[in-house]
Parts: sequence; structure tokens; C-alpha cells
Amino acid sequence: MTQRNKMETTFLSLPENESFARVVIAAFAVQLSPTLGEIADVKTAVSEAVTNAIVHGYEGTQGMVTLRAAIEGHTLTIVVEDQGRGIRDIPRAMEPFFTSHPEQERSGMGFSVMQTFMDALHVESQPGHGTRVTMRKRIRAGNVA
Amino acid sequence: MLKHLREGSRLTVRLAGELDHCCATTVRRELDGLIADPGVRTLILDFANLQFMDSSGIGVILGRYRQMRDRGGLVGVINMNRHIARIFHMSGMDRIIRELDNPQEAAQA
Ligand SMILES: Nc1ncnc2c1ncn2[C@@H]1O[C@H](COP(=O)(O)OP(=O)(O)O)[C@@H](O)[C@H]1O
Ligand SMILES: [Mg+2]
Repeated sequence: MTQRNKMETTFLSLPENESFARVVIAAFAVQLSPTLGEIADVKTAVSEAVTNAIVHGYEGTQGMVTLRAAIEGHTLTIVVEDQGRGIRDIPRAMEPFFTSHPEQERSGMGFSVMQTFMDALHVESQPGHGTRVTMRKRIRAGNVA
Repeated sequence: MLKHLREGSRLTVRLAGELDHCCATTVRRELDGLIADPGVRTLILDFANLQFMDSSGIGVILGRYRQMRDRGGLVGVINMNRHIARIFHMSGMDRIIRELDNPQEAAQA
């Protein structure tokens, strides 16, 4: 049986909405019957992307963050988007331990966490216009014959 | 306030709830308050009640580790779940912060 579903939610770039985004994605992903480990992976990856939109994208300002998710078969696709400052050098931003804000005790591990916990990660950005992070994960639990 | 137990120069702090960027400021401030006493030589972080942590938590723990290291002290962790252990491993934290297996070992650290 093929499953298809989609959702989209938009919220203000407040730190309080980091946990909101985690709860939303967990509730949406539940229909794929993920394991607790898979749910934790997805929540953590979303937390990283949303935190980046809030901390880096809208640094010193406020704006809207969009979280989109789609289910196709056993694959969960997640998009986190902001209309913030954007990223000038994406490969460098994605290097483990790279952070533009070491003085804020950022670890520079956000993209590495997304990469490790999801099957695929794709970052698009336009300086001055915003950033879109797309992540994909195949949820295997629902696959058990 | 974070639950904590002081035994001599050893301080055990029980983290609770979620350690993300949003909560990091409060947790950082409370931990710094607790380790402000230079008599604290060993800081043990108990993860038993921590429901969630992401890379913002790594930043908080690394910052406290540096403070303890600079005074010649130690940091250890207990009761890590598999998910947090993975984040620890990924960021190389497991090479500088020891995971203590049981309360006895923690008591000797
Ligand atoms: N949405 C975003 N908008 C602008 N810059 C970003 C965004 N996401 C990430 N970055 C840049 O990429 C760097 C690395 O991100 P990350 O790996 O999550 O580490 P950290 O958040 O700890 O700095 C950030 O320090 C920032 O410079
Ligand atoms: Mg980050």
C-alpha cells in the first residue's frame, strides 16, 4: 500500500519554537510506525535545522520559519526554510566543528548531526535571501513484512 | 534549579528535560553557578532524566568541560542513553569526557 501525506507549518523564529517543531515532526512521522530511535533521529535533525534558522538565519532579527514534511511510501522528506541572511560558503558551513559563533558556545556540529541522523541532506542558500535545508529518511520499521 | 549532590570536591548534577538551544542559556547559568566554587574538582553530569539533547547541548557541556580542565579538574557523565551517546561520539566528546559505568565508579572519580 502506498502512503502519501503532506504537511506545512510556519512559525516565528523564537527559541521556544524549537521544541514545538520537534513535537510537530514527531506527531507527523508517527504514521510511518517509526522506532523510538528513528523518532529521536528525526526530532534531532529538525531541531538542528530549526535552531540554525533561528540563531543564524535571523540573527539579531525575527522572521518566519517554515517546516514542511512529506511521506511517500516509507520515505519521510523534511524541508526547513528561512528568509534570513543566507550562507555564503555552504561546504565550509557544513564542515564538522565549523561555526561562525564560537563565542556563543555553538559546537559547529549541527550539519554533521543532520547528516548522520538522516539518509540524505541537501542545503540551498542565497546570501541575503534565505536558506532551505532538505532532509530525507527511509523509515524502516513500517517495512517489516 | 537543577538537582545536584555535593560530596567533598565532587559535584553530581542531574540534567533534566530537554537540552536544546532554547534551554541552553538557563542550564549554562545554573551549571556555572554550581561550579563557581573552586573547591569543585570533579563534575559529574547525570543524564538519567534528560529527554532530549542536540548539538547545542554539546556546546554547553564543552564549555563547562573547559572551565573544569582549566582548574585541573575532571568531568564525567553517567546514565547516557544510546541517542546521546551517539551525539557524544560524533563530536569526539567521548574522547575527553569519560562515561562512568556505575555509581561506584562515579564515586571514585
Ligand atoms: N539557516 C542558516 N542561515 C544562515 N547561516 C546558517 C544557517 N544554518 C547554518 N548556518 C551557518 O553554518 C554554520 C554551521 O552550522 P552548524 O553546523 O549547525 O553549527 P552551529 O549552529 O553550532 O554554528 C553556522 O555557524 C552558520 O554560520
Ligand atoms: Mg547549528
